[in-house]
Amino acid sequence: MQENENLTHQHDENQKTDQENGDALQQSDEQNGDNHDTHDHHHEGFIRKYVFSLDHKMIGKQFLIYGLLMLFLGGGLAMLFRWQLAYPDITEDMAANLENVESRSAKPLPIIGASDEFLKEYLETGEAEPRTWADRMWLNIMESDGYEYIKLNLGFGIMSPAFYNMLFTMHATIMVFFVVVPILVGAFGNFLIPLMIGTRDMAFPVLNMLSFWLAVLAAGIMIAGFFVPGGHASAGWTGYAPLSANTDWTGVNWGINLWAISLLIQGFSSLVGSINYITTIINMRAPGMTFFRMPLVIWALFIVAILLLLAFPVLSSALALLIFDRLAGTTFFTSTSSGGGDPLLWQHLFWFFGHPEVYILILPGMGIASELIPVFSRKPIFGYRSMVYAMIAIAFLGWVVWGHHMFQSGMRPGMGAFFMTTTMLIAVPSAIKTFNWLGTMFRGSIRFTTPMLHAIAFVSMFVIGGLSGIFMANTPVDIAIHDTYFIVAHIHYVVFGGSLFAIFGGIVFWFPKMYGRYMNDTLSKIHFWLTFISFNCTFFPMHILGMGMHRRRIENPMATEYTQMFEGMNIFITMSAFTLGVVQLILVFNFFWSMYKGKVAEKNPWHVNTLEWEAPTPVPHGNFAQIPTVHRGPYEYSVPGEEADWIPQAQPEPVPASAGD
Amino acid sequence: MTHTDVDIIQNRPISNAKLGVLVLLGAETMLFVGLIGAFLVFRMGNVNWPPLSLGDIQLPQLITGINTLLLLISGYTMFYSVRSIQQDRIWHHHVSLVFTWFLGLAFLVIQGSEWIQLIGKGLTLQSGIYGGIFYVLIGCHAAHVLGAVMWLSIVLAKSLLGKFCAEKYTGVETCMLYWIFVVALWPILYILVYLY
Repeated sequence: MQENENLTHQHDENQKTDQENGDALQQSDEQNGDNHDTHDHHHEGFIRKYVFSLDHKMIGKQFLIYGLLMLFLGGGLAMLFRWQLAYPDITEDMAANLENVESRSAKPLPIIGASDEFLKEYLETGEAEPRTWADRMWLNIMESDGYEYIKLNLGFGIMSPAFYNMLFTMHATIMVFFVVVPILVGAFGNFLIPLMIGTRDMAFPVLNMLSFWLAVLAAGIMIAGFFVPGGHASAGWTGYAPLSANTDWTGVNWGINLWAISLLIQGFSSLVGSINYITTIINMRAPGMTFFRMPLVIWALFIVAILLLLAFPVLSSALALLIFDRLAGTTFFTSTSSGGGDPLLWQHLFWFFGHPEVYILILPGMGIASELIPVFSRKPIFGYRSMVYAMIAIAFLGWVVWGHHMFQSGMRPGMGAFFMTTTMLIAVPSAIKTFNWLGTMFRGSIRFTTPMLHAIAFVSMFVIGGLSGIFMANTPVDIAIHDTYFIVAHIHYVVFGGSLFAIFGGIVFWFPKMYGRYMNDTLSKIHFWLTFISFNCTFFPMHILGMGMHRRRIENPMATEYTQMFEGMNIFITMSAFTLGVVQLILVFNFFWSMYKGKVAEKNPWHVNTLEWEAPTPVPHGNFAQIPTVHRGPYEYSVPGEEADWIPQAQPEPVPASAGD
Repeated sequence: MTHTDVDIIQNRPISNAKLGVLVLLGAETMLFVGLIGAFLVFRMGNVNWPPLSLGDIQLPQLITGINTLLLLISGYTMFYSVRSIQQDRIWHHHVSLVFTWFLGLAFLVIQGSEWIQLIGKGLTLQSGIYGGIFYVLIGCHAAHVLGAVMWLSIVLAKSLLGKFCAEKYTGVETCMLYWIFVVALWPILYILVYLY
């Protein structure tokens, strides 16, 4: 491809032309802007343009940055608790623990924890010479009067079980609610929907802005939870009652309150967002853009918006009841001597939301993969309509399978069989999609660009994640592997191997449209391969841990005899996880560096048919100088008899030469 | 706006505002599905409802029944007011809007006074799941009625200022959709919570 050739050119020359191109683009951007809008927006201040923006593209970018920041918070938490799993503390009581340092294998956290030699000397003699800055910090903290919570839960960088509980709870909460959904739905949804269906903006721009700032408020409250007395929520991301409903069980009071309040606000944000998406997609499509000419990613986002709209309020109702339980003295989720409520009710409400939520996490990823694969195989998508119907089927089945999370919570065997069957049924539409992706690639002229690598990784990892799902859908098998690392491996293969690879691929793919520049290809490829390898090294061994009954939420695998043999594997997983975390810094560097210094991209660098590439780059306010008219489907690549191997959706059908003339 | 933009807007079968409200009502429905589901779990799980430990608590079925009628009538007057403005009968439109507003307010006042009596009789939010789910479920609906009355206040003010006419009444129509939702929900709650 052209841009690959360009990469080999001399850098200095490129730089020069890039700058010129950039200036020219900016000028043309302003001219385009003048065509269709008032003159005000050229003078709109920094705040209107970058902070309280009404423009769907800016809001999409805001969601992207927001999601990436939260990704690092969530990933950091995961790295912390992975350390604990590799080098666990074998005594429960922190005070006793500090006295017999010889007899434990707990290692202080790297970098922020005290050094081994210092800790050993300190615990033996009561004083020691600090060797690193962390030693000095911990010495100050441990010898001061305050910091009771930190002393007890993270003294010298060795975490307590309660702290560990908080870490995995918040890791999952942040990843699910503040990373994957904001990036997939918030960022890609906002950026792509108006561009791809050919309209100027969302139906309700103010609501769109509200959606983002509610999400920021929710994130702020969620982060504030780390700093309240007692620490943050530690009842697991599923917040099972009565663990979450009663302060006595976890010792966490305001942490869980803030957790619930934050999720309620996030629910409002999703609600507002999905109202906007649904209205925009139904009402604002460009002329000729029928439903079955919409790109599959728009279909995916449309279905996801409906799922979010209908699923999140159920969680909101459960959260409201939980907040009443915690703050107003009701007993919805705790049984009392005089009857009282039902802890299982929480599980039903949570998973009635939670299972559609799982598909909310993966469907946009499927949509993105369905965009990337035809483009880089230079072939039409295989079975466009079956892709759409498969997504609708998945979304529908997602509503009747929530019980498969509760096989171990106690249910009638007949109900178990029902949920098992419906869950297995989801394999059918999922397989349709997988085979369609393979069919699209089959005998295509595949271009192994970075987005395509990510898309292929998405498909292959999704298959592994999907297959491990079938095991757990089986009630008899699930009895054995329920709540073991098998489920951890499964969810990460789907949500990391699936959604996150799709996100990375999508970022590299649409970056030229978002910022008008390419991401550095070498760095992107290094990032991809290192991520792919360390991802598999991290999560594949977890299947084996799960088969060995390594429980999902224990903080010390060395405490039970049957998991002690996994020590080496746990250390290996932790090392891989740390690599995985560090490798993501490449993406961040590449992202921000390319934003300013990347090679300037032309209007349609990948030769894509869909409408967003018809808009000038960078996309001006109002998107299109003239709303395009759509004449064909989105995947007409390598049409026989055509000169180019791609036909943009807006290109009119050639007028047939009539015989008489 | 260019020529095609105008075309797109004119060809919409339903306005953005109306569609947005309809979509919102889908979410509201699911919120109540969650709460009603919780109610049914408690109701089915207990043979004695209200539980014996609460003594002889009796919800005011008759007064609430009358209240239900008031709300249903308000649903009709709201519908009638949209009908009137469609047919350009501004006077009917104003009167029916004012009627709707008062009926909504009356519903809230009557329900509020009932609550005060019930709390006086010892049924509070802390009275086990019976009191808890009663106040949360009915309170959630009452909050929606309150929201609808507030929305209607704005619409009423705009209407009296002459902002709507036979050609332009989307503001009234969206408010009607929400109002009808709140009204239609109530009989279900009344039957489940008060009579069942």
